[in-house]
Amino acid sequence: MQNLFDLAVTVNGSRYEHAVEPRTLLSDFLRHDLGLTGTHVGCEHGVCGACTVLLDGQPVRSCLMFAVQTHEHEVTTIEGLGTIDNLSPIQETFQEAHGVQCGFCTPGILTTVKSFLEQNPDPSEDEIREAISGNLCRCTGYQHIVDAVKLAAEKMKA
Amino acid sequence: MIMTKKFIGKRIVRNEDPQLLTGQALFVDDVEIPGMLHAAFLRSDYAHARLLSIDVSAARQRPGVVAVFTAEDMGDDWQPGPPLVSPPPTAKDVIFYSRRQVPLVKDKVRHAGEAIAVVIAESRYIAEDAVEDILIELEPLEAVVDLEKGLEAGSPLVHDDLESNLAAHLFQKKGDYEEARSKADLVIKRRIIIDRGAASAMENRGIVAHWEAKSQHLTIWDTTQAPIPIRNGTAARLGLSEHQVRVIAPFIGGGFGPKMMMFYAEEMVIPWVSKKLNRPIKWIEDRRENFYATTQERGQIHDVEIALSSDGHILGLKDVFLHDTGAYDPYGLTIPLNTQCHTMGGYDVKNFTTEVSVVFTNKTLVTPVRGAGRPQGIFIIERLLDIASKELGIDLVEIRKRNLIPPDAFPYEHKIIDQAFAPLILDSGNYWPVMEKALEMIGYEEFVKDEQPRLRKEGKYVGIGFAPFIESTGVGPYEGARVTVEASGKISVATGIGTQGQGHFTAFAQIVAEQVGVAVKDVRIVTGDTTEFHWGTGTFASRGAVVAGNAIHAASSIVRKKILELASKVLETPIDELELDDGLVRVVDIPHKTISLGELALLANPLRGAVEPGTEPGLEATAYFGPNYGATAFGTHAMILEVDPETMMIKIKRYVTVEDCGTVLNPLILEGQIHGGVSMGIGNAYYEQLHFDENGQLLNASFADYLIPSATEIPRIEVGHVETRSSLNELGTKGVGEAGTIPVPALFAQAIENALYNQELEILEMPLSPNRLFELLNK
Repeated sequence: MQNLFDLAVTVNGSRYEHAVEPRTLLSDFLRHDLGLTGTHVGCEHGVCGACTVLLDGQPVRSCLMFAVQTHEHEVTTIEGLGTIDNLSPIQETFQEAHGVQCGFCTPGILTTVKSFLEQNPDPSEDEIREAISGNLCRCTGYQHIVDAVKLAAEKMKA
Repeated sequence: MIMTKKFIGKRIVRNEDPQLLTGQALFVDDVEIPGMLHAAFLRSDYAHARLLSIDVSAARQRPGVVAVFTAEDMGDDWQPGPPLVSPPPTAKDVIFYSRRQVPLVKDKVRHAGEAIAVVIAESRYIAEDAVEDILIELEPLEAVVDLEKGLEAGSPLVHDDLESNLAAHLFQKKGDYEEARSKADLVIKRRIIIDRGAASAMENRGIVAHWEAKSQHLTIWDTTQAPIPIRNGTAARLGLSEHQVRVIAPFIGGGFGPKMMMFYAEEMVIPWVSKKLNRPIKWIEDRRENFYATTQERGQIHDVEIALSSDGHILGLKDVFLHDTGAYDPYGLTIPLNTQCHTMGGYDVKNFTTEVSVVFTNKTLVTPVRGAGRPQGIFIIERLLDIASKELGIDLVEIRKRNLIPPDAFPYEHKIIDQAFAPLILDSGNYWPVMEKALEMIGYEEFVKDEQPRLRKEGKYVGIGFAPFIESTGVGPYEGARVTVEASGKISVATGIGTQGQGHFTAFAQIVAEQVGVAVKDVRIVTGDTTEFHWGTGTFASRGAVVAGNAIHAASSIVRKKILELASKVLETPIDELELDDGLVRVVDIPHKTISLGELALLANPLRGAVEPGTEPGLEATAYFGPNYGATAFGTHAMILEVDPETMMIKIKRYVTVEDCGTVLNPLILEGQIHGGVSMGIGNAYYEQLHFDENGQLLNASFADYLIPSATEIPRIEVGHVETRSSLNELGTKGVGEAGTIPVPALFAQAIENALYNQELEILEMPLSPNRLFELLNK
């Protein structure tokens, strides 16, 4: 039953080599094998977006991927975006604009937005709303999130 | 004495955000303990069935499985959960049968998803595999789903020991409705149906229990809004002293009601298993379980009647309704009482009768979900006034204006009982300015006069609506807090309530900073840890900022006094010549004569020498606040929407709210609360409905089928404030957590009817959806 796969993956710039069960979800691997618990799991069926991480820079649902699919790839999680003492511009503006309440959906939104702003550095409000429409938030009503993304875009241009 | 600078009422960014924004905040599923085992539950596929046999032997043999427990294995420890609110008073008009949820099904399944057995294994993966190994034999029974059929003679019974599915009956009256009706120029009778939705916090529930035999101590991390009741109840269940149990509610990913002190099956089973196995145990709910096992709300059927004079004055109101409580009723009558208390809205209704029958059904339990019975009450009265406006030819605004409780009538006693079985009193209010402001902000008159006719000519179905509401908030019994000045000069505060994103670490810090003159970031708040503070109830019923907030204010005021008294001695200066600012006590006019709070804290904790008798060490105080009754907030929402006549999809063009929640602690946080509440209300009104079939099966138990609004459905929300301080507490605050959800269904109904002006449409149900609206139009 212990049919393990030797996984080698770079997460937030560090290389990890771990033997994992093929069925281990990427979300579980990140959270429980690597202890990167900033990635949150909200639905385990790919709708809520809380577990979004970046795979080679592209947002993916870590609950819909197996860990083994990241073999020899690069994963970025919320822990790779910034630290408490050194917040990234997106994290700063989420604080400024109150884009976070309970904070559960936030890591998935921040990773989604990071990738989005790289592709669209000067988005309109509609474009921002479309970009985060795959991330459910039950607390904020999205408005302050949208404001935070706008602010982040301005800050990153400056 | 010069007052320190103001923090209360300022848009201050949140202290807790850096942790949350970097993935460094502890949520329950983040707890890892060496030797921890994982739980998965076997749940019933049937909504109503007799449990004939259960065979767990294969599951126990699966490698990696440590134990499997059934109800039988729990022996005498198998006990239903405790009642969560006081039973209603024994009175001739009250019937109440208390039937509470069980840890694991013993004889009969009462809703789909009810837990039957628990597997404990080395990993969650193995535990879930082993759940599949369990053989159970269930004899399906006819399910009780429909509320009316459930009360018919011969209906199958959810609880076999009761004569019917009636869980409770409550009749209340004020004045004499029948007499009022006999004098009425117009009587309107309608049936109004409101169906169920889910709270759907983004974080599912979870619990980690860690019994340590050597220290005889149990630590529980629980996604609860109310850690202290969970601590007390768990200790009682397990025969432990309350001091042997520590319950921690760390960061919680949204609460919205269902995470109250529920004593869900899992909250009863997991601590018991940990003690039994002497191992840490983790259970984390998945989304599917959340749809079946986490409590829901709103299902009610109302037969209502309103009596009016020809000039639009409400003479009386009568409501007879059914309330769906699901399979058990641990939360008593709170929701239907809230409905009864909001069916009159903010109107001066002199004659009112309201009669509720609470019905057991084979569906998931019903307990408060953000709004908690209030949206139903507001929907009813606002719908009736909309219909009356049409029938009497009185403008929608005018008919409301004529009936509002006037500002000089407060405190206004309604002569019925509220959710605490106390007389319903609206403490304060000034309703018209709030409604007027909302109408101004949305540009009501101009829209109706100019813009709407123009848009209609263009063939657009654009509608406008507004809906006023009241919200009872900040109910007792009490909360407490301890405020301490530390030697570092920073302040630590502990309170017993839990936190689920409301910004307590900041709003509470502002209250403290205001009193003791430190920076908001230098106040560290601890919530939801029973070791830090072990008296209190919890965060629900829009009570955190009101009840805990005022307890913190009271404790801070005492600490302020202690600081000044000590500083007065040390600086040899009378108190009224001192000021407190920037973490220093300073002599007014002699700016260099100062002493820091840190130094004072050290002096207040003498290490050597004589201490005066009666002296308490430290610059610290504990205080409590318990209001006589809840403070009533109010507001009006208004919106303009467009309906696509082909698809029945709607687009909200503008959305305005004006709220009066008394003193505003932090406008940034307040706006966030309102935005989120409105967002959930929009879901309640047009997207979210739990569909149960005739067998009690939930047909849309996933986020692919149960539609939570996303950023593309929720409009920008314009928030206006009016401030009428509550006289019930020092800060003058009222709650606002639930306010956003309350008037939204009423608002949608009015605006959609207004948009589809050339159709025969009278909306008497919620939630709607594009499909349902299409059906209503093609009836």
